[in-house]
Amino acid sequence: MKNQRITVFAGHYGSGKTNIAVNYALYLKKENIAKKVTVADLDIVNPYFRTNDSARSLTENGIRLISSAYANSNIDAPAMAAETMTIFDDTSQYGVIDLGGDDRGALAIGRYKKRLGEQISKNILLVVNIYRPLSRTPAEINEIKSEIETAAGFKFTGIINNSNLGAKTRAYDVLNSVPVIDEVSSLLRLPVEATCADIKLLAELTGKIPDLFGLKINTPLVLQNTLATDEK
Amino acid sequence: MEKVLMKGNEAIAEAAINAGCRFFFGYPITPQTEVAAYMAKKMPKIGGTYLQAESEIAAINMVIGASAAGARVLTSSSSPGISLKSEGLSYLAGCDLPAVIVNIQRGGPGLGGIQPSQADYFLATRSSGHGDFHMIVLAPNNIQEIVDVTQKAFDLADKYRMCVMILGDGILGQMMEPAIIDASGNTGAAQKPWALTGTGGKRKKNIVNSLYLQPEELEEKNFARYEKYKEIAENEAMCEEYKTDDADIILVSYGATSRICKNAITMARAEGIKAGLLRPITLWPFPKKSLMARADGAKAFISVEMSMGQMIEDVKLAIECKKPVALCSRTGGIVHSPEDILAKIKAVNGGDFS
Repeated sequence: MKNQRITVFAGHYGSGKTNIAVNYALYLKKENIAKKVTVADLDIVNPYFRTNDSARSLTENGIRLISSAYANSNIDAPAMAAETMTIFDDTSQYGVIDLGGDDRGALAIGRYKKRLGEQISKNILLVVNIYRPLSRTPAEINEIKSEIETAAGFKFTGIINNSNLGAKTRAYDVLNSVPVIDEVSSLLRLPVEATCADIKLLAELTGKIPDLFGLKINTPLVLQNTLATDEK
Repeated sequence: MEKVLMKGNEAIAEAAINAGCRFFFGYPITPQTEVAAYMAKKMPKIGGTYLQAESEIAAINMVIGASAAGARVLTSSSSPGISLKSEGLSYLAGCDLPAVIVNIQRGGPGLGGIQPSQADYFLATRSSGHGDFHMIVLAPNNIQEIVDVTQKAFDLADKYRMCVMILGDGILGQMMEPAIIDASGNTGAAQKPWALTGTGGKRKKNIVNSLYLQPEELEEKNFARYEKYKEIAENEAMCEEYKTDDADIILVSYGATSRICKNAITMARAEGIKAGLLRPITLWPFPKKSLMARADGAKAFISVEMSMGQMIEDVKLAIECKKPVALCSRTGGIVHSPEDILAKIKAVNGGDFS
């Protein structure tokens, strides 16, 4: 995938957009692709498990996080931070935008439709996990794509394959998703820009899948405490 | 059959559809909203009805209608929304109508907050509405179990003609795990001869009603209902036991909290304290016999709950106060850490039962 100044991650809710946005921002910084990186959490739909959970790892690496003051609080207010506009105004930085799930989540970016439209250097990526309900077949994924594009007022430029079964994912689950994602790619007429996998699976997958992108999975502490020892 | 990575809320919705539910009436509220969102997407595609009611009160009354007509029907909400449904739950009980109600609990009282909680234990097991009645209350602790108990909820509701509540919390609603949905489940095609389906001029009319003009008649009805509850208490209690065989200290915990207990037990055992877990899967009927069977062997019990001492009453009743029962509480949307529970285990092990 060619890195662009602005990258938007959108898709079915629970497809892994937040984890990918955080990992991609860290990658941009660590590989020295960009000096300044900003992550904007535009998820106004789900107040649970937000980009904010990764706030420490982002700020420690010198990445700016823009998120609603209400994220992870007890207030269920669909709010967006005013600073989000700086992603478009300050062109010296790379911006990573984490949108909320489905068409309802994608509505939030409508506020920035004009500015995003003017932006030439951009990737707008559809995150897909074929093991999630309601996004299991190319036809279902095509439907989600159209709904999001209509709500957001943009056109996707590529697909991110993030097919996984959570903590229990095996390498073959990722491998088995590749032919389905290839079908999705031809139906949607969009290139597969990357296939994501937990870094623990990279050794097994390297050489077998093109454009592999390793994810360090961030599990919020509350969830870690509920996992059995062999799942951590 | 293939595994699917599901949120707890999605698992409830998909398992309900799989169990033959074709009617969903509800109103969105965090942290339960995905149940409604899933139904909104899926129901129109399979010839079912998804209806976002104007309020929770309207939704539960729609449930009464669909159930009276013999359909498998679901409604879901979170704590404040369940309070609003109370009246309807009582009417469903008074009419002997089956329905499945989901409560993905959040912090309270009042508007409270959106983070996970278990503070509706009393509401679910004691006071879900006015009058003498019970609901069966199922409390799963993982996504596969959510799928399984959702099927069971519809089956039990039809079998006993009563409401079944699936009681979860914000963590279970929002967390994702792989699960398999067995498409061969019972879809409730069984005859419901009491349902209001039209006589066709061929049978006597059915009446669904909770009003009795003669107190004797109402008492008779309540007696009969409590005979049924006795049978349920005898046959339907479920629990999981984990390392209880040699346990000196038995934690009693349900839902997401019970998962954290297992990690605390591992830590306690590493320090030489024999701890175990008895996890009720049905909160009503409470697994009294299983608890009583452990009362002689254990030194003490700890009720671990995201509430200020609600389930602890059932633990004490179940073991008839044979052993001390301590309380380990977090509330208001705060979830126990394994260290919170370990500290309580150590205190109880040292003789502090406060």
